[in-house]
Amino acid sequence: MITLGKDEIAKYPFLADAGQYLKDKGFSLDQFGIDPDLKISLEKALSRVQVSADGKIYKSDLIDGEASKDYVLEREVFSFLLAIVLLKLTGMNTLIKRFALAEARRAEKYLEKDLANITDESKKELAIRIIDDLFSIQIKKQDDYFIIPISNYLKHSVNFHEREWKLINRRVGNGFVFLTPHETVRLIRKELSSYISSKIINAKTPSMISGFEEPVKQLISLSKKFVTYSVTTGEYPPCIKHAIEVLEKGENLPHSGRFMLATFLLSRNQSVEQIAPLFKNAPDYNERVTLYQLNHLAGASGSGTQYSCPSCEKLKTQNLCFAIPECDNIFNPLQFGKKRK
Amino acid sequence: MQEKEVKFLEDAFKKYYFDHFDLIHVPERTSEREFGFQKFNSGMMRHISLKDNKELHLLLMQNIPSDVYCSNAYYSFPNLSMNEKDWKEADLIFDIDAKDLQLDCRLSHSITKCNECNQVSNSNHQCLHCNSKKIEIKSLPCKNCIEGSKKEVFKLLNILIEDLGVEKNNIKIYFSGNEGFHVYVYNSQFLTLGSRERSELVDYIMFRGAIPETFGMKKLKPQRSLFPDLEERGWRGRFSKEIFGSKSKRSKIISELISGGYSKFHKNLENISTIIGAQIDPNVTMDIHRIFRLPGSLNSKSGLTKIFCKDLKSFDPYSESSFLNENTVEIQASCPIEFKLKNKKFGPFNNEIVTIPTYGAVYMICKNLATIA
Ligand code: SF4
Ligand SMILES: [Zn+2]
Ligand SMILES: [Zn+2]
Repeated sequence: MITLGKDEIAKYPFLADAGQYLKDKGFSLDQFGIDPDLKISLEKALSRVQVSADGKIYKSDLIDGEASKDYVLEREVFSFLLAIVLLKLTGMNTLIKRFALAEARRAEKYLEKDLANITDESKKELAIRIIDDLFSIQIKKQDDYFIIPISNYLKHSVNFHEREWKLINRRVGNGFVFLTPHETVRLIRKELSSYISSKIINAKTPSMISGFEEPVKQLISLSKKFVTYSVTTGEYPPCIKHAIEVLEKGENLPHSGRFMLATFLLSRNQSVEQIAPLFKNAPDYNERVTLYQLNHLAGASGSGTQYSCPSCEKLKTQNLCFAIPECDNIFNPLQFGKKRK
Repeated sequence: MQEKEVKFLEDAFKKYYFDHFDLIHVPERTSEREFGFQKFNSGMMRHISLKDNKELHLLLMQNIPSDVYCSNAYYSFPNLSMNEKDWKEADLIFDIDAKDLQLDCRLSHSITKCNECNQVSNSNHQCLHCNSKKIEIKSLPCKNCIEGSKKEVFKLLNILIEDLGVEKNNIKIYFSGNEGFHVYVYNSQFLTLGSRERSELVDYIMFRGAIPETFGMKKLKPQRSLFPDLEERGWRGRFSKEIFGSKSKRSKIISELISGGYSKFHKNLENISTIIGAQIDPNVTMDIHRIFRLPGSLNSKSGLTKIFCKDLKSFDPYSESSFLNENTVEIQASCPIEFKLKNKKFGPFNNEIVTIPTYGAVYMICKNLATIA
């Protein structure tokens, strides 16, 4: 495994061996429940989970991945490790998924920055090592680009639906694909979050630690909130299901896809408030803007015209259609599942 | 096919297999491959594993197959059923066939055999004798078709080498034994790719799914500086050569493209895909469990050998892939178009009895255009 410096563990805490880290620092889990100084870390851990549940990325005390004081770095790592303990004690998969996603996003930012770092070679090297070790992608630097073997690229890119990720729309030469740091990191987003969540799921669950009861209770009640807006997709057409899946995985859904999804759900008499949370995982989520846009589509603001769901034909040209036999003879996703002769 | 014809073909094939063992080899990593074969007038035998050339030659002599196949895939247990084989990896294979190229010459060397009245005619839609639409279309050798297929092979080779980084000596080209070519890529980084990934490679090679942005065109405020240059590598370079032609015309054409707008640009990309993309059969390349005609074996659609092309440019399949013997035989032939094999002209035959060398007779019998007299 990679050996990490202090600030690197803070940036990529999921790479650390949790038990070993605590031992090295001379702490045991029990102390965090009692010791008033250490309790700050527990509070931070709680908020780290809460923020992620909200679809946001935890704002750390690091500035550009660095901290002036060692104890800030330590606290940063502790809060991550304790967050995992809290999640295990809470035992709710939705929270784990959201946490993993948010942590992946957070790490993504550092990875991207480290890859693009031109002054510190070692930072770039580390990012390259992490990506290779975790996802077996061999990255090399060539001029302004990072190049990876085409076969490596394809194994990841086939899961993307956006057309700009098709090989034909990439710079390709000599068996390699050329990527920017941003694209390189984007390529492994899904794997990064599943790596983190599998690490959490495979960690063993400790027995309750005194002092942890309160935050665990808070998280349990928080996780109950999610059930209210989980949509059942059973009767939805494939295009809509696909859009919801993309959003749930925290991937980017193009504007046309969001438009389709919103207009579809509005026509099915879902309220703006019911629909808005669906967009929470989107990389560029902004609550205010989302509500404004939804209200606009619903005809509640401004013009007063209500927008309707685009036709299947239109959606086909936008690559949003994933037709199945049940789609035969319908012209609009809204007709899906309603018998027609 | 009647017994007489089957007997004749089997004799000719057997002699070929006996005389030309030197042309037929098991591929590398033999024991990891699945083999299969077919006999005249009977079904396919699959899930066979072989150790070496000796076992292969024994199989040929014992069964006298009409066609012999071998997988591009490597398995742990090639002789078990499909889901027990344990797929490991597979060579990358491309099939280029003249019949898929929509060439103008097709009509001039295609004939139809009616399934109702057995008459042969030049029409391409229905039988000229009984007007039945139940017809089989047969195509005879054509230089233009071969040249057209070669052109696609060269396009493919360029993409494989320049873009996909495949080493020249890992690429082998074979004439299919009928109207096209098979291109094999061994030992590449693509060995372990599954079907979905291979389908992405197919789109790349065929120039499918390209978006205007890749070539500098944007919906809003397109910028001239984003358009490609003739010297660029990959598709941006090929696109430039096709669309701009020369450096001097580039600037003017970019202006036209921008004023033409985004959707027109997109249409354009679709339209040039058959011109600049290599026209391969997508299904063949995506299939990672397929068995392919074994190089060196005979194609029962023609009696010609699937043969390795040393020099594609000068390769002439209809003289270099015909290895059957010269012994003459009397046949009843119905073939209204002339054709050439081993530099000898045959036909046209108007349902007549003729005496011709075995290789010519086999060719027509395989195409169902002749019977033993
Ligand atoms: S056919 Fe219509 S309803 Fe079905 S997936 Fe495509 S767009 Fe959706
Ligand atoms: Zn007829
Ligand atoms: Zn032709």
